[in-house]
Amino acid sequence: MNIILIAVLALGGIGLISAVILYFVASKFKVYEDPKIDEVEEILPSANCGGCGFPGCRAFAEATAKKAKDEKNLEGLFCPVGGNDVMQLVGETLGLEIEAKDPMIAVVRCNGSHANSPEKVKYEGVSSCSFAHALYAGEGGCQFGCLGLGDCVDACEFDAIHMSDERGLPEVNDKCTACGACVEACPRDIIELRKRGPKEKRIFVSCVNKEKGAVAIKNCSVACIGCGKCEKVCEFDAITITSFLSYIDFEKCKLCRKCVEVCPTNSIWEVNFKPRKPKVDKPKKEAAEAKPIDISKGKATVVNKTDDNNNSGDNRK
Amino acid sequence: MGLLKTFKLGGVHPAENKLSAQAPIEALPIPKKAFVPLGQNLGAPSKPLVKRGDEVKVGQLIATAGGFIGSNIHSPVSGKVFKIDVVLDSSGFRRPAVTINVEGDEWMENIDRSDEIIKEITATPEEIINKVKDAGLVGMGGATFPTQVKLTPPPGMTAEYLIINGVECEPYLTSDHRVMLERGEEMLIGAQILMKALKVTKGYVGIENNKPDAIEHLSKLANDYQGIEIVPLKVKYPQGGEKQLIKAVVNREVPSGKLPIEVGCVVQNVGTALAVYEAVQKNKPLIERVVTVTGKAVSKPSNFLVRIGTPIGELIEAAGGLPDDTGKVIGGGPMMGKSLLSTDAPVVKGTSGILLMKKAEAHRKPEQACIRCSKCTHVCPMGLEPYLLSRVSKLGKYDMAEQERIMDCIECGSCQYTCPAAIPLLDYLRLGKNKTGQLIRSRNKK
Repeated sequence: MNIILIAVLALGGIGLISAVILYFVASKFKVYEDPKIDEVEEILPSANCGGCGFPGCRAFAEATAKKAKDEKNLEGLFCPVGGNDVMQLVGETLGLEIEAKDPMIAVVRCNGSHANSPEKVKYEGVSSCSFAHALYAGEGGCQFGCLGLGDCVDACEFDAIHMSDERGLPEVNDKCTACGACVEACPRDIIELRKRGPKEKRIFVSCVNKEKGAVAIKNCSVACIGCGKCEKVCEFDAITITSFLSYIDFEKCKLCRKCVEVCPTNSIWEVNFKPRKPKVDKPKKEAAEAKPIDISKGKATVVNKTDDNNNSGDNRK
Repeated sequence: MGLLKTFKLGGVHPAENKLSAQAPIEALPIPKKAFVPLGQNLGAPSKPLVKRGDEVKVGQLIATAGGFIGSNIHSPVSGKVFKIDVVLDSSGFRRPAVTINVEGDEWMENIDRSDEIIKEITATPEEIINKVKDAGLVGMGGATFPTQVKLTPPPGMTAEYLIINGVECEPYLTSDHRVMLERGEEMLIGAQILMKALKVTKGYVGIENNKPDAIEHLSKLANDYQGIEIVPLKVKYPQGGEKQLIKAVVNREVPSGKLPIEVGCVVQNVGTALAVYEAVQKNKPLIERVVTVTGKAVSKPSNFLVRIGTPIGELIEAAGGLPDDTGKVIGGGPMMGKSLLSTDAPVVKGTSGILLMKKAEAHRKPEQACIRCSKCTHVCPMGLEPYLLSRVSKLGKYDMAEQERIMDCIECGSCQYTCPAAIPLLDYLRLGKNKTGQLIRSRNKK
């Protein structure tokens, strides 16, 4: 009995003394951490994708809390995965008004499919775009176009980009969070983050070839030749042409679709638009449309379907 | 001959297939149009000096070096500059180039075109280096490193030996072999000039033992040239690699990540030595080179003396045309060469050979799983572990790749050649090297 009592008292005494020491040490060396950081981290999606530019969600939470405290705004900080909803909640937690951002999506700006840019050589090396890019121009001969080996697919954490066997090009689906991992992974800067647009309607130039028109079209039937027709027809100054390549500024584009109509090589894409009413076209135009070009048919081609409209010719799925 | 010298670590012995070894060097007719790329050397591309419509003569300077590691480019033909635009290079990329419409064959007046061999070296070391620089000389073995840079050792370092690389360990290729046989004397004078420029007294010419005629010929000639010794070497790939050759000839090891000059050696190719002779003694810039056109299906495997800028297709025509059974056209040898996307691509300063492979031998075997046989480790001449490096490169662990000394890889391809599972080890290594190099450079910038 006595032994047990001694043991209990001795251990209890050591425990008590240690607890007191630890209490004072802990309060002496306490590191103050903003409780908001934990709260913000709770809200964040915990994808740890790095899409915000910080190494993981915790680092982003720390950055937001710090910026909210020091500068009273969250400019330049955005969680692409959570989007506006999450940022709104973050704003509430930190007591700030957050301006809603337009939701973005990754867009693959190449249409050099097997049909449009037929293979001239065969690649047998390892399945890595960055390796192939250092080695040669590409099976179709376009030195700017997609190599189709899937570095972007490997980079995606959200199962949002897949290689289409039929076209040999990556295709983005609705799961895309615009984290930008594929944009980083692509050695040829083909993928761009663009506005999702109202009802997922988007217009963009599906080509990044900077060569002269005659050279570009030799390798790919749907290359942008830099003819400038779209630039002229655009009423909103949204289109610029630099080194034989057209680019549509999605901030300025009003989705009027005029550029799509005039593009002679069908390199400008409209996605998720309702099919046009069949127009009585000029004979020249019909001839152009009758050309067996993969993607151009019907022109209402699609990336993904939030609005499950009667989109025909969906060959990007 | 007793025991022949060679390097110790690793190495393979692929089938030699020196089909064109007995074909004398033939001068190829001048092309109708010459395409002279502006980026022909390792380092910065050159800046063009001519413009459209300019009349140029053979040997006229048409582009100057774009930086310290750069080289001049001279017109290989005479005629009118048709345009300065992009042309398709051998990898399918469009690169800036000067296109010249050929008219006649008019040379610059200061070039000595006689066959007379000038033995006496009157130029001072500085003059030699300047002449080499002006003539746009680059390493003709394929790496195209500007020669004058190699001839100016960094401060605090001096060269002890000059080693002339006559190994030609790549299967099929014979251009260096023919140069040694037919232009041996000039080549040795070139070596003497290089020795004078480097202020060294000892020069070696390393030749593999599968070229006994070249060894015999040069050994005879070398008696007249003080300080030059011909070293027969055991046949082993990749003996033509700088570091391997130094180990084989003078038994010194270049430390990891360092240049040969650290151990007092400068290595120059046989073709470069000949070009040095022509540049210094004859004022002739680098406008032509010897190219081997070979392959098992080629009807006439040949060695051609070709003007730079000649489309590769013309060489193939001259060697009997493209066989029906061609599966792949390779620029360079089968071990380190790169397959061409188009035969319209021009011959450049670094083109040592064109190899036409038959369909049956052109394609890769399907990749299988690694069985850990460690053959790749055994053959690696740099003492690396290719199976491990390829694995970490594939997984993107470039920090580990750097630790495992991926940057020491000389991309000789021995590992891939020997792999029984047909794993494209070299591809992964190149990928890893590329990425690791980028990381190191970005870190050094900070």
